[in-house]
Order: sequence, then C-alpha cells, then structure tokens
Amino acid sequence: MNYTADRRVRYRPKLSWFDRSKGALPMMTYEGKLKELADLDHRIVVMTAENRAAIRNLPQALGKRFIDVGIAEQTMIGAAAGLALRGRTPVVHSLATFLTLRAFEFIRTDVGIANLPVKLVGGVPGFLSEANGPTHQALEDVSLMRGIPNMKVFCPADQDELVAGLPHILKDKSPWYIRFTAMEPVVEHYDQFAIGKAEVLVEGMDVALLTYGFMNRESWYAKEILESKGFSVRFINLRTLKPIDEATILSAAKECSLLVTIEDHFLTGGLYSILSEILVRHERRARVLPMALDGRWFKPALLNDVLSYEGFTGGQIASRIIVALEEKKRVLFTDKSEIVSKDDSL
Amino acid sequence: MTDQEKIELELLALRVREHIISMATDGGCFIGASLSCADLIVYLYSKVLRISHQTLKDENRDYFFLSKGHDVPALYGTFAELGYIEKSRLENHLSTNDSMYWHPNSSIPGIEFHSGSLGHLLSVAIGVALDIKIRGGTNRVFVILGDGELNEGSIWEGCLVAAAYKLDNLVAIVDRNEFQANVRTEELIPLESVDKKFAAFGWFVNRINGHDFNKMELAFSRIPMSFDRPTAIIADTIRGKGLPSIERRADRWFANFTHEEVEMLLDELYSGQESSLSSETLMVR
Repeated sequence: MNYTADRRVRYRPKLSWFDRSKGALPMMTYEGKLKELADLDHRIVVMTAENRAAIRNLPQALGKRFIDVGIAEQTMIGAAAGLALRGRTPVVHSLATFLTLRAFEFIRTDVGIANLPVKLVGGVPGFLSEANGPTHQALEDVSLMRGIPNMKVFCPADQDELVAGLPHILKDKSPWYIRFTAMEPVVEHYDQFAIGKAEVLVEGMDVALLTYGFMNRESWYAKEILESKGFSVRFINLRTLKPIDEATILSAAKECSLLVTIEDHFLTGGLYSILSEILVRHERRARVLPMALDGRWFKPALLNDVLSYEGFTGGQIASRIIVALEEKKRVLFTDKSEIVSKDDSL
Repeated sequence: MTDQEKIELELLALRVREHIISMATDGGCFIGASLSCADLIVYLYSKVLRISHQTLKDENRDYFFLSKGHDVPALYGTFAELGYIEKSRLENHLSTNDSMYWHPNSSIPGIEFHSGSLGHLLSVAIGVALDIKIRGGTNRVFVILGDGELNEGSIWEGCLVAAAYKLDNLVAIVDRNEFQANVRTEELIPLESVDKKFAAFGWFVNRINGHDFNKMELAFSRIPMSFDRPTAIIADTIRGKGLPSIERRADRWFANFTHEEVEMLLDELYSGQESSLSSETLMVR
C-alpha cells in the first residue's frame, strides 16, 4: 500500500453524500471562516506580526479591524490585551515558535493573568516548519501554553477541523492557543466539534493511538497498516489538549492493552506528559509507548523527508507499535499470566 | 492656573507624599520612584484625565496606565485623596486582607491594568488607543514609563508601532528621574538625548520639569499636541523628591523604615531637615 500525503481515507463509506469530490460541500478555508465570523461579530479584530500567509485577503475585507504591527510579537500581544480590555476579541497570528517563545511573558502576564479573550494562532508548528531549522521548530508550544492558567489549547487535525472548531474557540471567553494547520484532511470529521471532547474514529481494543494536530495524518496511515495486519485499533484525535477529554483517555487505558501517544512535540510537556498526569491522578496503570521528539530538534527538510528521517511516517509508526505489541505478547506468554488468553488472539 | 489652584495642587501632592512615606515601613515600598512621579500623577488626576471615581467604567473616559508599576504608592495615595478608595484602606498595604501590594492590579478602583514587569503597558496602551481610533472615540490614553524601563526593547517596538498607526490619542510620559534600580542611567545605559530618541521615532516630544505644575499645565493643555503623531512628555524629575535624605541617592531605592524613621521623614517633608536614617534602604526586589 502506498500511503502518500494526498491519500484520503473515508472511514464511514455509508456517508458518501459528504464526498467533497462530488461538490456536495465546498471546502471552507481558515481565512474564509475567519472572515465570515468577523463579518458576523464586530468585536473580532485580526492581528498579525507581519505573517499573512493564512490571511492574505483579510486586510481589504476587514479594513481597520486588520492590524499588522510588523515584526513585533511582544507589542502585538500587549496591544491585543489592550484591544480585549475595550471589548474586542483579537485573533493574533505569527509563526508558532515566535508567538509562543518571543512573546511568552506578554502572553502569560498580559493575556493570562487578566484572562482576556485573545486567540493566539501559531503557524507552522511542529514538523510543519519543514526545512526552516530549529529556530522555527515549535516543539514546546503545547507545553508552554497549557502551563499558563486560564489558557486553553486547540490542536486541529486539519483545515476542516480548524474551520469546525473556530466558531467555538472565538465564542469562548478564555484565551486560546490554536496550533494552526491548513492541511487537507485524510478523514472526514463526522463528530460535531465540542471543546474538551475527543474524536474517537475507531473503537478497537489492542492498541489505542492518541494524537493531535498534523500527526493525525500519519497516525491514521499507521492505523490502516495495523488493521491490515489484523490488529484491533482505537483511534483518538484529542482535538483540544486543554481542556482534555479525560473520560475517553481513561476508557482507552482500561480497555486497550497499549496506549501510543504520537506528537510532533518535545516529549516533555506535551500529550505524553498530559496522559501521565491523568493516569497518576486517577491511580491507573497503563502500558504507554510515547512517540515524540525526546530532548532534540528534528532534521530540517521537506515534510515527507522529515517524517521518514525521524521515523514518523505511518509505516514507521506502525512498525514500532507492532514491535511493542509483539513484545507484550512474548512477555505475557513467559509470565503465563491470565491475560495470555486474551492476547493470544494477536 | 491661579495661585489658589497651584497651592491646592501642592497641598494635595504633599498629602500624597505623606501616604507614600507611611507605606515605606512594615515591609516597605519603592519610595524613591514613587516620590519622583507623585507630582505628575497628582496633576494628571486633578487636571488632565477625563475620569473621576464616579466614571471609572465610562466608555468615553481617558485611560491611565502605570507601566513602571513599582511606583504604585503614588497612585494609591492619589486615589485615597481623590476618593477612589477609602483612606483607611492604605493601612492594608501589603496585607493579605487586601490587594494593595508592591505592584498595581486591576482590583483597585482606578487601576485599568496590572503591571510590574517592565516594558508591557506601552503596548497595552497602544491596543486601547487603536480601538479608540477604530471606533472614532475622543478618549485619550496616558502611560507613565520609567527612564530605566526604556532599556526594554518592547518600548521601542511600541514606539515604532504607535507612530506607524498615527496614535495622536496616545501620550507617554517618561518619569526621567535619572536612576534605574541601583545606578544612574547615564552611568549604565545612557539615554540622552532621550527627547531626540522619541522624536526620531516619529513622536511629538515636549520636555518639562516634572515637579512644576505651571510647566505641566502648558504641556498638557493641548492634546494631541501634534495631529497624527503620538506625544512623549519627558518629565525631568528627582528620585526621592521632597526628602533631602533620599533625593538622588543611588542606595535609596526600595526602603523599609522603622516607625520612628517614618516619623522623622514626615517631619523632613515639611522642614527640609535631613533625617539620620539607619535602616538598610537598598534592597533588591
């Protein structure tokens, strides 16, 4: 099987009316949705620190409600706080790494302490910075943003989910960090978007794949491979990492023999940390295989080359999971534990 | 300004200084910087800002931001005198029963936004001024910056942005007391000519004596001072103004005096006779 970037998987064929190729539902872009929301709600102002990639047409569309402060992330965040004090809902844009790192103290001190409804949109997070190099690699953004009291975190899988979630995020009174992606989806998101509710795409029992953001794509390919090898897979797209869907995670921990966290983020502070915190808080044990960047930046290159170099393609992810599942089976046979009969079916 | 008005301002400023000195014990406060900007704050709240304790949430009010938040005792004292807060509340300074701590927070009536970390509130003021521009409002936005605070890069980012957006409803006042925390600015990171720096960034600049109410009247009588440009008022001040034993002393920044010393300093405020202070006054916070 050839799992390329363009491959689209529809996981519920019966809902073929939704097939975009037939033009049933036109593709909505982030920019289009943001304009639509801004037209409906005049409190919304769009700001950028001279990063217009995703919002090129908004200056004409929004007039004075489009504010480009130039390459000045700190001033952008402070000014966003000032605008929010006057009742605005600023949606601010910059590359994820500059937004969350250069302006971190402004976010924490001006937006976080005051609990203002500023929406931070971080571009090219994680692997999506491709060949830019470590200066541009936002791999601690989730860790930093979720560490700020009041701040919430939305990590859409693709542009469809971003567009579906955006109205909820802008309506919410809290500050939000949006880990931006405009990737084409590999699945249709049938579940209605809800803050704090994960999307469970498949309800298998052998292994649960937990992921967020862009890594949904490769994780989905991995799920396809695992299923083709006869494994029963649960696929969980977390959608919002804060608040997080604890119930879905705890069910997976109880029902699946292996949990795998897959993220283009440092191992520290991201989903693996969140999962660990939840398990400890609820006094649960689970076997967890984390896939993240452990204390290092990734090799800068074009996206697909990054993935294969770093071992994050769907195929590589599936292989590592199969090894872990086989290891589990071997250990269980040796131990002659009573769970052997269950795992024997593997 | 009539002589009577001037005398009233001077008496008000003296009472605010008494409050500041009284806060410099039982834990202390940043007394030097509070005394340097006291006249400016008294003048702004008495004569310039279109705001009163009855119109704190009025949509058309002027906004005031204290970016160098450590001189908040000057604001607490002014608020107590002008009826924003009860005078008795000043006795709660640093108490866990209240929220009158070393830096401003918006739970105090009259404080629009918290500060403490330097270099933040110019950008917050810019956001407020931008929104007023978008809505076509007539409110004005004032922000007091410290001269040491001008070391922060975010200030100069903000200066560029405010000029780019032609924020003539924005007034930055630099409390030019010539000291940063522990040393003279000119001995560490020289700022002069600070007026020329702001002018070069596209601001209209006026430099005045920050303790002379007549000069303040001239400077603040016409805002915006220049159409399409933000205004910077460089106010030359004296750190510790009013207390000869504190004035222009690098080692008298943060002070925690004994009650006896506070009494001596209150006398000194009126007599001008230097007190002999034994308390360690330079404490890094």
